[in-house]
Amino acid sequence: MSSIGTGYDLSASQFSPDGRVFQVEYAMKAVENSGTVIGLRGTDGIVLAAEKLILSKLHEPGTNRRIFNIDKHIGMAFSGLIADARQIVEIARKEAANYRSQYGVSIPLKYLNDRVSMYMHAYTLYSAVRPYGCSVILASYEENEPVMYLIDPSGVSYGYYGCATGKAKQSAKTEIEKLKLGNLSCRDIVKEAAKIVFAEAEKAAKQAMEADSESDTEDM
Amino acid sequence: MASICSGYAAMDGNDWRNAAHSTGTSIMAAEFDGGVIIGADSRTTTGAYIANRVADKLTKITDHIYCCRSGSAADTQAIADIVSYHLNFHGMELGEEPLVEVGAAIFRELCYNYRDSLMAGILVAGWDKRKGGQIYSIPIGGMCVRQSVSIGGSGSSYVYGYVDANYKPNMTKEECVKFVSNSLALAMSRDGSSGGIIRLGIITEEGVERRVILGNELPKFYEN
Repeated sequence: MSSIGTGYDLSASQFSPDGRVFQVEYAMKAVENSGTVIGLRGTDGIVLAAEKLILSKLHEPGTNRRIFNIDKHIGMAFSGLIADARQIVEIARKEAANYRSQYGVSIPLKYLNDRVSMYMHAYTLYSAVRPYGCSVILASYEENEPVMYLIDPSGVSYGYYGCATGKAKQSAKTEIEKLKLGNLSCRDIVKEAAKIVFAEAEKAAKQAMEADSESDTEDM
Repeated sequence: MASICSGYAAMDGNDWRNAAHSTGTSIMAAEFDGGVIIGADSRTTTGAYIANRVADKLTKITDHIYCCRSGSAADTQAIADIVSYHLNFHGMELGEEPLVEVGAAIFRELCYNYRDSLMAGILVAGWDKRKGGQIYSIPIGGMCVRQSVSIGGSGSSYVYGYVDANYKPNMTKEECVKFVSNSLALAMSRDGSSGGIIRLGIITEEGVERRVILGNELPKFYEN
């Protein structure tokens, strides 16, 4: 970090002369340091899978989970700083609950994604705050269709058939591209997701690890 | 105060005018195969005076959602304007047509929160791609319930039996038009504070088709 930045990386509210916002790029780095998370869209639902390294033998299994429920029909997985992500989870849950109480129907993921993206983007605009050090995958099953979005610390988001974020996102993506996501069911995809996450984790380190996976399907 | 019906009469010593606290209107909505039909009479009264004999109580909220208004004309117009604003804004954010049940939820929220200051009985009707034609009835206290056929206003009391006896699920469009105009004509002839012409709106996937049945074209029934 010696030559880059050079004074333009101290604040999220300032561009560098070549048009970059370094604080946002550093936030991306924080994401790249964390365990791999993938999301795969099947014909009948979405599978989210997260690699979770066990940092200490003293930790209880099942603590610090990386996949959350946002609403009856929405799940969220994240990579990056866990404390940052928990705030995003809370925001998303509030948005979903408010929508339900105001409009009497469950929130469309497209709408929730817009709201959460806007929220994360707002944290890339001001000098008094830092961007969120996490990427989140939002997944839902609505109107007989699975939907999935991935949001970056910059606040940019795209819809995906399959996506990956975290340490091994590049090689995970290459693996995901080999799958025929258009005609696989969740049942098949769960195995593929586990394979990919385990393979990447094994490659990365020989550390003890606990797989944390969950699926959001029609019959949930 | 102009009400779409008798509503409040002036407090000027004419006690008889305060006696009736009814919502002098006949409105109705019915689901049919492919959408909903909404209908209303056209009488707006201030006490006993007919302030408007060709009023339009079928108010557009979005391209596929309409409401039938009964109660105070001022209250219901104001509510319809507010809901219209909210729903169209929400439609822009969503990038698609708002659901009818979402429209009904916004109506209900307003009607319930301000129930002590409002006189409004509203039928929300429309078509959306998720549930097709739908009708939500929001009577005075701010309740909200979905019904496949619903009537409202003071005139409605006269035709509950007729509606129950003659409504059939999955009617064709023209069958349903006949059913709605018959029901309204019967309600209007019995109810003193309903009358004029019948206004209809046929809401389907394609949008709304408006019709009018003039006074001399109203369906005729036994009149002693």
